[in-house]
Amino acid sequence: MTGDLLTVSGLTKAYPGVVANDAVSFAIREGEVHALLGENGAGKSTLVKMIYGLVKPDSGTMTLRGAPYAPHDPHAARLAGVAMVFQHFSLFDAMSVAENVALGMEKPPALRDLAARIRDVSETYGLPLDPDRTVGDLSAGERQRVEIIRCLLQEPRLLIMDEPTSVLTPQEVEILFQTLRKLTGEGVAILYISHKLEEIRALCDHATILRQGRNVGTCTPRETSARAMAELMVGSSFAAPERARGGKGEVLLEVSGLSVAAQGQFGTALHAISFAVQAGEVLGIGGVAGNGQDELLAVLSGEMPVAAETLRLKGATIGQHGPSQRRAMGLLTAPEERLGHAAAPDMSLTENAILTGAARENLVNRGFLKWDAAEAFARRIITGFDVRTPGPGTAARALSGGNLQKFVIGREVLQRPEVLVVNQPTWGVDAAAAAAIRQALLDLAAGGAAVICISQDLDELIEISDRFGALSEGRLSEIRPTQGLSVEEIGLMMGGAHGMEVAHV
Amino acid sequence: MVLSSIDPALLLASLIVASTPILLAALGELVVERAGVLNLGVEGMMITGAICGFAMAVNTGSPVVGFVAAAAGGAILALLFALLTQLALANQVASGLALTLFGLGLSSLLGQGYVGIKPPPTTRLDLPVLSDLPFVGRVLFSHDLMVYVALALVALVWGLLKYTRAGLILRAVGENHEAAHALGYKVVRIRILAILFGGACAGLGGAYLSLVRVPQWTEGMTSGAGWIALALVVFASWKVGRVLLGAWLFGGVSVLQLNLQAAGVAIPVEYLSMSPYLITILVLVIMSADKSRAPGSLGRIFHASQ
Amino acid sequence: MLKLEKRPQPSQLWTWATPVLAVLITMVAGGALFAALGQDPVAAISTIFWQPLFGEFAFYYRPQLLIKGAPLVLIAIGLSLGFRAGIWNIGAEGQYIVGALAGAGVALAFYPAESALIFPLMVLAGAVGGWAWGMIPAVLKLRFGTNEILVSLMLVYVAEQLLAAMALGLMKNPEGRGFPGSRNLRQYDSAHNAELITGTGMHWGVVAALIAVIFAYVLLSRHLLGYHIRLAGQAPRAARFAGVRPARLVLFCLGTSGALAGLAGLFEVAGPAGQVSIDFNVGYGFTAIIVAFLGRLHPFGILLAGLLMALTYIGGELAQSNMGLPAAAIQLFQGMLLFFLLAVDLLTNYRIRLATKEVA
Repeated sequence: MTGDLLTVSGLTKAYPGVVANDAVSFAIREGEVHALLGENGAGKSTLVKMIYGLVKPDSGTMTLRGAPYAPHDPHAARLAGVAMVFQHFSLFDAMSVAENVALGMEKPPALRDLAARIRDVSETYGLPLDPDRTVGDLSAGERQRVEIIRCLLQEPRLLIMDEPTSVLTPQEVEILFQTLRKLTGEGVAILYISHKLEEIRALCDHATILRQGRNVGTCTPRETSARAMAELMVGSSFAAPERARGGKGEVLLEVSGLSVAAQGQFGTALHAISFAVQAGEVLGIGGVAGNGQDELLAVLSGEMPVAAETLRLKGATIGQHGPSQRRAMGLLTAPEERLGHAAAPDMSLTENAILTGAARENLVNRGFLKWDAAEAFARRIITGFDVRTPGPGTAARALSGGNLQKFVIGREVLQRPEVLVVNQPTWGVDAAAAAAIRQALLDLAAGGAAVICISQDLDELIEISDRFGALSEGRLSEIRPTQGLSVEEIGLMMGGAHGMEVAHV
Repeated sequence: MVLSSIDPALLLASLIVASTPILLAALGELVVERAGVLNLGVEGMMITGAICGFAMAVNTGSPVVGFVAAAAGGAILALLFALLTQLALANQVASGLALTLFGLGLSSLLGQGYVGIKPPPTTRLDLPVLSDLPFVGRVLFSHDLMVYVALALVALVWGLLKYTRAGLILRAVGENHEAAHALGYKVVRIRILAILFGGACAGLGGAYLSLVRVPQWTEGMTSGAGWIALALVVFASWKVGRVLLGAWLFGGVSVLQLNLQAAGVAIPVEYLSMSPYLITILVLVIMSADKSRAPGSLGRIFHASQ
Repeated sequence: MLKLEKRPQPSQLWTWATPVLAVLITMVAGGALFAALGQDPVAAISTIFWQPLFGEFAFYYRPQLLIKGAPLVLIAIGLSLGFRAGIWNIGAEGQYIVGALAGAGVALAFYPAESALIFPLMVLAGAVGGWAWGMIPAVLKLRFGTNEILVSLMLVYVAEQLLAAMALGLMKNPEGRGFPGSRNLRQYDSAHNAELITGTGMHWGVVAALIAVIFAYVLLSRHLLGYHIRLAGQAPRAARFAGVRPARLVLFCLGTSGALAGLAGLFEVAGPAGQVSIDFNVGYGFTAIIVAFLGRLHPFGILLAGLLMALTYIGGELAQSNMGLPAAAIQLFQGMLLFFLLAVDLLTNYRIRLATKEVA
């Protein structure tokens, strides 16, 4: 069982202005876990979409078990034995687990029989799941189980997993790995996409590394150091962010007894959250997606006003204020979603600079906009944060993820906040931009501001935060100094393995 | 007392007749919205169906041919909307309004020679035994074919959405079009089909107005029925059974106000004529608090890029 | 095989070229339509677009351009603010009627007293009437979450019934020998919205429309409120993040568009129309939707689009009387224009490419 299951040779796909994949070749053997490693934007997603039949290659060929393989749509891929677990889940919130599974199958049995089979498979692979529950009510880990079971029911030969651990706690990652090992034991090959090196070293048999759309090397992860792989992936090395440890100062922001009911059908409620941040420190708030991060940011930014005394900024109650007043008082925020939330996609960078900078940067005079001042502010952000763009007149949506994120963070940092709250500051951003953003946050704290960094990237939080807490189902764990925390402890703070208490008591 | 001149059996029977046009139109729009598309052009498709059906029925002498032509007319107009929103990726609100304005113009042009003509009668379908039942027979079992077609369509759509794979896929496309696309479903194709079905239903509803309910052709004769059908879908929280209930409610209101007018109640006619619209607003007020049932992708533009 | 490619940013060129292209396509398609109706297409198109401006009787038709264009521009400016913010007032026709009723009501209440204060009071009443009618969908939207499209539209039918009730009842001319309709305001000096310069068609409604255009331009391009309106329409979540209160925008946009539509109604009833009658409204409120889109929701664009649409009204009437072209054909022609505009709008945000044969 060591023959090649899938070979890819010379796959090329170009989009206007960018070659996503440039003559990529590699092979996956039967029963192995093959890693596809690369930075954001290296072309991993495009490559697997071609294998799954979602995108047609411009040129190049594939073979599956020796036969030519050119799926024209995902149905064809599934019939050929290729299944995929998506990074941003391909699930339907308002539908039941069983309906969601049925939608991903070629010839699903009647819903009642399907429910029984879902229970079977979920027991066999240690992935507990109730087929009648509504998907929108499930945790991120459980949602991923829906996707995995959907794939397993089709008895695939090749299972593609796109960044599967980004939504899991460390404990859940361990369970996932057990499931995957069991599958490979049965001869299923797994194409595992990630940028987390330690994970790949623990799980994968071979790795193909992509950089800027090209295959820049293949290695055996267990025999290669994380550092060597990182250099292949990034192409150059970056200085780790440096921090000048200043002393901590007065408490700037205090949250006490914050509870918010769930917004909308599938929102998360916040329960009795209390914490304080001091001048000069970075408070990291971890947790798996969908555990209240967006809600916490909305409360802090003022988009979701709360009772006045729940929030205090330098002693003054601010819970009742909207975003504008809070900005004027020195509390600035940067949400996770860049396009459509932190920035308006079709507006120019100058217009986007006004979005949050109007009051603090004095861009408005008696209600009238000062366009020259706004453009100057946009230029300062562009130069100060190395935003690669033709100029401030460019629409936000024309920028790459990393450049737009630098613009968004830069826009807030340059306004000299006293408290800055960021959500997922480096999500989907290339390594160079991520390093620059983390450095900016550390510098801001060193300068006497308080920084709250909400993130799902544990490595990032360990790297930059002084103290760490985690959100789990809308509750905030105890906040502890980051130094000396083990991954195991962090995992428990994040809620351990959601919905798997039985297995772990 | 003038009110005693109103016969309850006749009132209920005419309620069913009055509810049929908006029932058909709302049922079609429900399918369209469950597929994630908001087509505000129901009024335009209805009135186009009304004149297409009327003209064909008059020219051929057959109401059945008329209804088929009405469905085709509504579907052709809907196709324009489908091309605009699904292929040219135009804003659905604006395109729906355009469809209504276009349909109103088109229908009055097509209707030039048909004002004041009587259409061939649509025969009543008397069901043996059932029609002779006291009260129930008159209320339920002595209508024309289209009333039963409409009710059968309700049952069909209900079963289709709830029990079949096609229905499951349609709902999936409306719920989250990106996910449906990622799983390999043809979002645009499915939506175009849904839009065509919606157009055909609206056309049938319009023809029922011009061939049975009124029955004659006058310009702008739908007078907001298409918009009421749109409100009905919101009222029904996108559920088929509730569309039927809602249609009967609106049918009841319009029949009642007509009866009150005829009975000579001391309220000016104009104020009675306002009532269906005011009731629609009232119902919207009551039903709009809970938006959670709306399909997740409703009204959003889908373009499979990268 | 044609393929769509999203542009990195909207094309400036096509933003302004698409309306022109849409007008040209509509002329071609309209010509085909007229040919199908048995008319000479070139003659029909020239009757509609050329004769009123440069024909033999242009001196009579040119003032009509302002008279018909002013209400369209006035209403469309108001609508465009809402459309930009994603607030869809499509009940301008109703607000137009109620504004006219309110303004005419003031005049009829004072009849036959003469005073310079009556006309300003009517203008105020017209604006307030339209504003109030527009606030109904706004308040219901904010309080109960109702859809403003459906409510504002339902209120058109309610307003039409109200108009009928007024024309036949309360406002009926007591000296009208039983004919429906109110006194003629053109014969009541204090209430008459007369031509300001004889023979030009220039009346107070035209002045108001021009002021509205300038006001909207300054608002949208220079003022924070205008910025917030644009932001809310393009990225509602970003707008809330920026501190925009959606409720305020709903009140402002529906209120302003209602007031402008009400003003248009008042100027019409006190001038060109002259009296409250059952069929006093001719659909300006709906045509203004086309005008707003054709003008790209830009104040100056709307000014041009309003004049163009006024031209199709005048030319349409001309074609009706000279060539026997049905009135409905013009209505259809206007509907087609919006259709084609929405279709070619694609070019602003997407590039069309010939896809090379896929190599699989």
